[in-house]
Amino acid sequence: MATKASRSAARLMMAPAVVLLLGWMLVPLCMTLYFSFKKYLPLRGGDLGWVGFENYVRFFSSSAFWPSVQATLVIVGGVLVITVVFGILLAILLDQPMWGQGIVRILVIAPFFVMPTVSALVWKNMFMDPVNGLFAHLWKFFGATPIEWLSQASMTSLIIIVSWQWLPFATLILLTAIQSLDSEQLEAAEMDGAPPLSRFGYITLPHLSRAITVVVLIQTIFLLSIFAEIFVTTQGSFGTKTLTYLIYQRVLESQNVGLGSAGGIFAVILANFIAIFLMRIVGKNLDA
Amino acid sequence: MARNVTNKRKIINTAAAWTVGLLIFFPILWTILTSFKTEATAIADPPVFLFFDWTLDNYRVVQERSDYMRFLWNSVIIAGGSTFLGILVAVPAAWSMAFVPSARTKDILLWMLSTKMLPAVGVLYPIYLIFIKMGLLDSRVGLTIVLMLINLPIIVWMLYTYFREIPGEILEAARMDGATLKEEILYVLTPMAVPGIASTVLLNFILAWNEAFWTLNLTAAKAAPLTAFIASYSSPEGLFYAKLSAASTMAIAPILILGWFSQKQLVRGLTFGAVK
Repeated sequence: MATKASRSAARLMMAPAVVLLLGWMLVPLCMTLYFSFKKYLPLRGGDLGWVGFENYVRFFSSSAFWPSVQATLVIVGGVLVITVVFGILLAILLDQPMWGQGIVRILVIAPFFVMPTVSALVWKNMFMDPVNGLFAHLWKFFGATPIEWLSQASMTSLIIIVSWQWLPFATLILLTAIQSLDSEQLEAAEMDGAPPLSRFGYITLPHLSRAITVVVLIQTIFLLSIFAEIFVTTQGSFGTKTLTYLIYQRVLESQNVGLGSAGGIFAVILANFIAIFLMRIVGKNLDA
Repeated sequence: MARNVTNKRKIINTAAAWTVGLLIFFPILWTILTSFKTEATAIADPPVFLFFDWTLDNYRVVQERSDYMRFLWNSVIIAGGSTFLGILVAVPAAWSMAFVPSARTKDILLWMLSTKMLPAVGVLYPIYLIFIKMGLLDSRVGLTIVLMLINLPIIVWMLYTYFREIPGEILEAARMDGATLKEEILYVLTPMAVPGIASTVLLNFILAWNEAFWTLNLTAAKAAPLTAFIASYSSPEGLFYAKLSAASTMAIAPILILGWFSQKQLVRGLTFGAVK
């Protein structure tokens, strides 16, 4: 049992981390909350006084708000569906006996380690460029007219880029989960004559359900705040202005801090809503 | 696996997996190949895959024109520094939570995790303002601190899960033998914790290296790391594919190599122990 002395020592050792994170969380958050009730234009007069909920009303009723919610949902939803579906398929494939499994694993995981600005620019220029991109060459090869990806199919393009970045993450976690599946269960089912699809639907998928939930929650939190991918490709034009990007533009580009802060508070509440579910799962695991 | 697998099935698996693997890896491979082409070859129609005159020119030009080494150095300092500081703060915290748990330990851990969920854009302006007021904008010190803070929850969590696997009896034995708290940590715990700390350092370094919200918004010319340097290629002049590829290859190569060592830790570090 821990002694009294070691308890107070423990508290002391925890203090720096707790204090730092508390400061990191509270100070900026309170400032954002403060600004969100002010008319605050740093380049045009600075602090112009309290305005109550006006910023919130203006943020939610602005013509950019609903399109940005829609863009956010489409990107997050699209990437989630693609990464989870292909992640499951890939994880099952990688779990099969084969030659060079280690190398294939490395190939599949690699995109996760590419910094967002690099992957976005490489895709934008070397694949999606309507003149010199590889896709353009491919389209021409089949006699089709090359697509101007980032303007004509801006959302699809972004979803492709972001999915490529996050597919390795989903695959890796689902693979880890699949490998903890008791293979005897599958064998028994196979011997009892269960076809592959039922084996997948009744044994593998239920076993994966928790890992899938975790993948969905963690990715949602990260995907809600993707920034660099939009910053270096469309800059928010062609319908790709997500909530994060809209707030960024309000705050730093048009320097309307009050309005941006109201949006920021909304983003924080939204993220917390999802975080609660994730915490529950993590917390449950902590007790085990 | 105990099942008998026919060779035929294994061949099909291998072929399918390799095809998919190479397809996913292709953009990276293509970037690396293009970095060795001339600008003219890089946009050749039809594209040239392997048979071209390989050149190292792009790497030289990127360094000469943009002082690439400075950005690289910024990345190393910021990612390394934030990792080092993070470990310094997190080791004592994780130690106390793992070995002297109290009723509140779980809540503290979860609360720490929740700070990681805070969307960066929600606190963008306050941080920006604080940085201006304190003269930290476009400084390596400022960015190092911010990256340390955003990754601190992950560091604490990873270390905590590693420390928890160390049997407490060993520590008790050391205590019985008269080891002080300092000695206990230094001579008993640390040697056993080194592998866990090393994995944590590795993953955190990777995350800090690739971070692209704060690095883009809080730096300009002076303290910009590679993420921001590469972003400057988004409004290019003239032919630039080969040079973009060379710069990209140099920016991702070190992390790809480190990443291959950290695949296992990735799952642990990014799911907070929820998937094992």
